[in-house]
Amino acid sequence: MTETSPIDLSTLVRLLQLQVRTGADRLDRPVRGGYVGDLLSDVMGNSHEGDLWITRQVHPNIVAVASLKDLAAIVLVNGSEPAPETLTKAEAEGIPVLLAEESAFAVAGKVYALITGAVQIAT
Amino acid sequence: MADEPLIYENQFNVQGGNFNDAGKVASHIKAILKGFGIPSEAVRKTALVAYESEINIVSYARKGVIHLRLARDQVVIETIDEGLGIADIELAMQEGYSTATDKIREMGFGAGMGLANIRNFSDIFQISSEPGKGTSLKMIIKWRP
Ligand SMILES: Nc1ncnc2c1ncn2[C@@H]1O[C@H](COP(=O)(O)OP(=O)(O)OP(=O)(O)O)[C@@H](O)[C@H]1O
Ligand SMILES: [Mg+2]
Repeated sequence: MTETSPIDLSTLVRLLQLQVRTGADRLDRPVRGGYVGDLLSDVMGNSHEGDLWITRQVHPNIVAVASLKDLAAIVLVNGSEPAPETLTKAEAEGIPVLLAEESAFAVAGKVYALITGAVQIAT
Repeated sequence: MADEPLIYENQFNVQGGNFNDAGKVASHIKAILKGFGIPSEAVRKTALVAYESEINIVSYARKGVIHLRLARDQVVIETIDEGLGIADIELAMQEGYSTATDKIREMGFGAGMGLANIRNFSDIFQISSEPGKGTSLKMIIKWRP
């Protein structure tokens, strides 16, 4: 029951209705877990490889953090628009940037339920 | 380290205040280690310590140098900067303590966790500083070859 089943990014994009801004060719990557945070050093220290990073931080610096920590993707919440330079950098580094209309709370809750298997992927 | 033959050695300049390029040296170092086939856990740890020290130089120093020395089973990152220096190192190491300006905080920095991250992700960590002159760090990360 607590065993996590890997779900790939494209499945999360579909189920959470995320907009794919960069990294459309990298959505086959499995998501192992996630981390929510807007402070870069917090994410540097506490995220893990393969995590989905949920944030409202849109500054280009987020791309280096995701890339250095081998995170699976960045999800920007609350309909935040990334700075144009963030998208240019993300495309160059191959980091998927996904947009959610919903809050960090809602996105994290859904992703958590999906990857821990609390919710069946029937849809 | 003294007896351990070096596989690779390089050094990188970091310009204080240049946030556009912040993180470039860490990315470069990560790519070099990956190229040598270093285990990915050690690569990520090294990338983290390089990144946090690079950002601190950009944030709090006029300029600095990051040295990279790679051996078969460990990597040494040493940084030397000319800048504000740190008057109370024990305080600066505390998680949550930060003197970051509003401008720096707007970019996502200023959690006061950088130095604590560096300590947590290094196998050996040394810091020394002279207020008004500059700060030096030495980090060693080891792995089983
Ligand atoms: N190279 C440096 N030169 C001068 N002061 C420094 C240097 N590095 C750190 N400091 C001082 O130590 C404090 C703590 O540094 P630390 O990296 O832990 O946190 P931070 O840079 O404030 O925030 P972040 O969590 O984004 O790293 C800084 O706010 C600054 O006052
Ligand atoms: Mg810092």
